[in-house]
Amino acid sequence: MRADQSMNTSRDAAVAALADLPREPGVSKPDPILIADNVVRRFGGLTAVDVDHVEVQRGAITALIGPNGAGKTTFFNLLTGFDKVDEGEWTYNGKAIQGVPPYKVARMGMVRTFQLTKVLTRLTVIENMRLGATGQRGERVLPSVIRALWSGQEREITERADDLLRRFKLDAKREDFAGSLSGGQRKLLEMARSLMVNPELVMLDEPMAGVNPALTQSLLGHVKDLRELGMTVLFVEHDMDMVRDISDWVIVMAQGKIIAEGPPHEVMADTRVIDAYLGAHHDQSLAEIAEEEGLDVAGEILDTDGGVQT
Amino acid sequence: MDWGFIFTTSMSAAIGISAIVFCLGAIGLNIQFGYTGLLNFGQAAFLAVAGYGLATTVTTLGLNFWLGIVVGMAATVVLAVILGIPTLRLRADYLAIVTIAAAEILRLTLRSVAFKDTFGGSDGLQQFSDAFYKLNPISPGAYDFGPFKYNEKSWWVIIVGWSLVAVWTLLVFLLMRSPFGRVLRGIREDEDAVRSLGKNVYWYKMQALILGGLGGAFAGFMLALGQSAVSPDAYATNLTFLIYVVLIIGGAARVFGPILGALIFSFLFQFVDVVLDQAVNTGLITFITSTQAAQIRLVMVGVGLMLLMIYRPQGILGDRKELQLDAR
Repeated sequence: MRADQSMNTSRDAAVAALADLPREPGVSKPDPILIADNVVRRFGGLTAVDVDHVEVQRGAITALIGPNGAGKTTFFNLLTGFDKVDEGEWTYNGKAIQGVPPYKVARMGMVRTFQLTKVLTRLTVIENMRLGATGQRGERVLPSVIRALWSGQEREITERADDLLRRFKLDAKREDFAGSLSGGQRKLLEMARSLMVNPELVMLDEPMAGVNPALTQSLLGHVKDLRELGMTVLFVEHDMDMVRDISDWVIVMAQGKIIAEGPPHEVMADTRVIDAYLGAHHDQSLAEIAEEEGLDVAGEILDTDGGVQT
Repeated sequence: MDWGFIFTTSMSAAIGISAIVFCLGAIGLNIQFGYTGLLNFGQAAFLAVAGYGLATTVTTLGLNFWLGIVVGMAATVVLAVILGIPTLRLRADYLAIVTIAAAEILRLTLRSVAFKDTFGGSDGLQQFSDAFYKLNPISPGAYDFGPFKYNEKSWWVIIVGWSLVAVWTLLVFLLMRSPFGRVLRGIREDEDAVRSLGKNVYWYKMQALILGGLGGAFAGFMLALGQSAVSPDAYATNLTFLIYVVLIIGGAARVFGPILGALIFSFLFQFVDVVLDQAVNTGLITFITSTQAAQIRLVMVGVGLMLLMIYRPQGILGDRKELQLDAR
């Protein structure tokens, strides 16, 4: 019960802060942790990302949604330094961080996970966790040779890692190779490991992809917990139903641009969003369209529908 | 067939100079390839740079032996940095291409006519090892310990060589049980994941390349001192591949893998050679000559390596289950 109440208050705070904002793409937030301007990334002739302006509110769970190929993951890669922009600039906590290498971005407290889960297969679960801690003395080559210089710090790190493993219910797998975990457990491990960095902003790239429905609920719970612990969450997802439940604010991308923003239930009803997901003619029958524009168009719409996951 | 002779020569070879060279080279390669996942196909170049650094300093420039050792080590670090800067930001296979090419470029430069005055051309350099053998406390003569038969010079090389192996093995053990070793193993598994956790992956890979190169440098010193000579063709690409064979036999990413691999490989390499030679000379095998027999052992190394990769890809000390995790 108490957990529920605190969750409500924290969620309420986030929702209240965002409640009166205009529902416009690129709207400014009262307390943004991340601000991006004119971010452009081209792959040859294709402009994968072309974001004019976007802000992410501190302490809230923001979802970045959009159909396949909208440029969400590319945008993520750009923000975290894993890919290089063609144009644009962005600030994190007021500091400009474009061109900063990914490891420095992570050390600043902006930590990401990956769409294709990246656990370190031939390291045990606990070693995966320990690796996440920053500022380890034993990670420098000379002090690493003398155990006494880092064993104390290693104990603290291990305690923190064990706490997180218990929270994520992975403590039974502590000594197993990460490569022996199931897909869902890997997602959990990756999320838990990212928390070892002590992040302020957690960026989750499709945390629910490939996870069975039972585990999805537990994963959603963990994402909500992050907000309770004072962290900001930005996550990519293309399944709108997942988003509705947990996010305080939704940013919609399509064809590289931000096309809509707002609270989840409003965004879902936005015609621009529905068009982007389902195609502009989704409420017409195929026969009507065929009459209007010919059979080729009908084929296109079938393709678009097939691409949307439920 | 003189089995007693076959056994003693094979056992002697198992701990001999080439075993030491393979072992130290494989220890370096283990840091790079086994733990960090760097595909260095130019380990021979690290041996060459160290050996020639020593020989050039002493023979060509007439300077002190110990300065030569320092020059050899410094040259290895420089080589690692030169190879690492352009390639370590790229995918793993680029390092493989660049290192194999660099090793050949280096060998051809060392044996070129243009630098004959400095590096001695295809004859190489000699007379730089006196200071090393002056330190030898063993009085002249042949010494047998069980099956191991060597003279005082060889014993001195063997004692120094295996002591270096012990020091390097201890160093690898200490490094790899530490958080530093954990980062290296993490990079081997997935460098982007390690990057996303705030580690400067590029710098760690550079350090691994340098450390492994220094392992190779000591192998190069032992090869040069053991033969009292450096010659460019001793550092051809097949030296790198034999070092890989040694590492894989023992088990990559295992602290004692290089030692076990070097002992077994050197024993078998000699054993096959002597057995074939005797079989030809005593008329047991009639369809090949003894010159051909010497070549056949290289064919057998290839066949043996194939069988090893099929039936025991993890090596002797490795854990097959661990290796199969990759297949998921």
